Amino acid sequence: MTTKSHPILSMAASRIGLGLLSLLIVSLIIFSAVSFLPGSYASAILGQNATPAAVAAMEVKLGLNRPWFLRYLAWLGAAATGDMGLSFSGRPVMALIGPRLKNTLVLASITAAIAVPLSIALGIVCARYRGRFLDKFLSTSTLASISIPEFFVAYVVMMVLAVKLQLFPSMAGIRNGMGLGEQLYRMVLPILTLLLVILAHMVRNTRAAILSVMASPYIEMARLKGEPEKRVVVRQALPNAIGPIASVVALNLAYLISGVVVIEVVFVYPGVGQAMIDAVRNRDVPVIQACALIFAAAYIGFNLIADIISIVSNPRLLHPR
Amino acid sequence: MERQNIESGEHPATSIGMAPTRRRFLVGASAVAGMVAFPGLSWAQDKPKQGGKLRYGMNDGSQQDTLDPASWATVMTGFAFNGSLCNNLVELLPDGSLAGDLAESWTGEEGATRWTFILRKGVKFHDGRPLTPEDVRQSLLHHMGEGSTSGALAIVKQIKQIDKDGDNKVVFILTEGNADFPYLMSDYHLSIFPAREGGGIDWQGGIGTGAFKLESFEPGIAIRLKRNPDYHKPGLPHFDEVEVVNIPDGTARLNALMTGEVDVIEDVDIRNVAMVERNDRLKIVRTPSLRHLTFDMNCSVAPYDNPAVRKALKLAIDRDDIIAKVFLGEAKKGNDNPAASIMPFYAETPPQHAYDPDAAKAILKEAGLDNVSVDLSVAETAFPGAVDAAVLFKEHAAKAGITVNIVQEADDGYWDNVWLKKPFNASDWYGRVTLDWLFATSYTSDAPWNNTGFKKPAFDALVKSARAEMDQAKRAKIYAEAQQMLHDEGGLITVAFVSWRLAMTTNIGHATLGGILPADNHRGAERWWRMDA
Repeated sequence: MTTKSHPILSMAASRIGLGLLSLLIVSLIIFSAVSFLPGSYASAILGQNATPAAVAAMEVKLGLNRPWFLRYLAWLGAAATGDMGLSFSGRPVMALIGPRLKNTLVLASITAAIAVPLSIALGIVCARYRGRFLDKFLSTSTLASISIPEFFVAYVVMMVLAVKLQLFPSMAGIRNGMGLGEQLYRMVLPILTLLLVILAHMVRNTRAAILSVMASPYIEMARLKGEPEKRVVVRQALPNAIGPIASVVALNLAYLISGVVVIEVVFVYPGVGQAMIDAVRNRDVPVIQACALIFAAAYIGFNLIADIISIVSNPRLLHPR
Repeated sequence: MERQNIESGEHPATSIGMAPTRRRFLVGASAVAGMVAFPGLSWAQDKPKQGGKLRYGMNDGSQQDTLDPASWATVMTGFAFNGSLCNNLVELLPDGSLAGDLAESWTGEEGATRWTFILRKGVKFHDGRPLTPEDVRQSLLHHMGEGSTSGALAIVKQIKQIDKDGDNKVVFILTEGNADFPYLMSDYHLSIFPAREGGGIDWQGGIGTGAFKLESFEPGIAIRLKRNPDYHKPGLPHFDEVEVVNIPDGTARLNALMTGEVDVIEDVDIRNVAMVERNDRLKIVRTPSLRHLTFDMNCSVAPYDNPAVRKALKLAIDRDDIIAKVFLGEAKKGNDNPAASIMPFYAETPPQHAYDPDAAKAILKEAGLDNVSVDLSVAETAFPGAVDAAVLFKEHAAKAGITVNIVQEADDGYWDNVWLKKPFNASDWYGRVTLDWLFATSYTSDAPWNNTGFKKPAFDALVKSARAEMDQAKRAKIYAEAQQMLHDEGGLITVAFVSWRLAMTTNIGHATLGGILPADNHRGAERWWRMDA
């Protein structure tokens, strides 16, 4: 087997290529869509001072009087060299998004570190005790929590733990110079809410993936050989279910980066989702573009990793003939 | 040439514990002359306590916010930077009158085209530099010049020249006389920053003359400030620290107040007012503002070009009903005058237009119009509750034989595609400090935002003649006539004036709040105190 046809490398190369193409298309769609929206940065920022003369002056200053595709090409040229440019407010986009991106990553990492092992373990337990009370209880409760909108979960969590019991602060606003302990303490409620939202999806998919493998003849063989049921699930079924589990985990991790804006708003957590909403409201195109690229890259990156994991975990894909 | 007396020494307000009233402003020469009085002292009802921290939850902070005064557009920057970090030449008192701040007095001469401001002595920037006329000059020049995108452009455009005179005087030469010029210097963009060597101002450093020094600034997230021990107003400020936090979501903001994360929040939803008032630890503070909600008819377009139609529509709306049902009583009835009662030269415009479908019907009949049908363009973004208000208006007008067709417009782009363009639309006006500015932006023939298409040479002439008039009594008379003209013939149906609605813990002490700008004219941080400090 030669390295040039190694399945992981060739798959990764083609995926990264396709990913870059996706990013290009995403950036083009977002840029043109924002340009076609009514209103402009100038009128949004000037508000009740937006006389026609002031709007015109600001558009000239920001170059907004040029056609959108010329602005797009200029932006693309700079972005290709890694320069995300300046926000219309004059600050570098990366300086503006950087601290917020860090906050988002911290929240996502802590949640993922708890959610991924927990949900896989619960999924295994459900599969092992299929049809028993524990399985039914977990299936029903996860189905319930996946059906309730996340903002509702957030408000219920806040009402019980912050307003009534006053155990945790209602505002997760972490800031520079706050000790690690206090930061974690303030992040408890958003983490809890996110756990409730994403656990369900991962638990149910882990359970389903394992159960579908459990229907295979080789599992029956293992059982006939007298292996204990626990060992059958963990040693025989789980390795073959890793592919589907990895892809659902990837989807949820990408959600933790790009989809938590509602949680950010409710708990006043300064993450990158709020940055994008703010930017869209003000039509601050460079910031919108940077946020969109981060979100798209998160999806593409996590899915690539999930695919690599499923190839590695599957000898037939890893060593094709 | 008129020359006003400079009133100097202690203002009576300080010694007898009474603030200057607007009436005095109207009749007295003190309107143009400066005052030395410090409002914080004259307004204190019981002795404020020193110390403690103010935590303020804002609703409109943005990551676009910068320290550059030309860019300020949010209440968050207005309160933290204009009102806490910096000072203007003048300060708006809670009753709407004007006091000196960095300037201790001023005089207008030569038909109000030449204004001399005398700077207060001993004022220092946070880094110890003394305030000089050059700082004032550069701070104003910052908003002027070719390609300026400043929010204060409309104000500074009338300045032809700024000169320094000695070490404590600044002279402004205007292109045309404007008796309101000192008032306009209170605009929140016109904060004074230190001048830079070789021109320009140093706004990047966050150095001002204000009651608080900048500790940290995270745009759209939080601004933290610390007490300035060398502040030029004796005894102020009361707080040791101020933290302004951005909480855009209304429910999250209210939760933050209820759980004690913040002490004051901006903009409480009217549906939550009762809940806040039931809580012993919290209070609602309402302050009459300049903001008014209107249905605007374009007087140049049929059928609104017929005065009878305008008059009938003004009588065919039941404002009380709308205020009770849509605003839950949290608004003051309008009377088709865009001027707010807290503004200088505000005049009553009798009669109060009241709901009278029979009179409306009679007016139309007399004009030979049997059935009038109008299209009213609204969207929720036009003003909060605009759609509901329009639905009620439709019911009211039906009784007068007028058909109001409600055209529901898209929220996004309303201000670009509907406002100023559709002949009958809903509008949300934040108002202007002076009548001249209000009329010149929205009601004179050449006004950029003439949403009512009001083009009346007689009105334009009144506004022009009042502009440079230094005789306050004459000016009041002209403005009363202009307001009456808008009430009788204009195209605006003022549904209601709304108040700023703050919710705060009962631990925050304060006197009467100013309502021309939000948050006690932006200066709550230096005017308020903690009772539990």
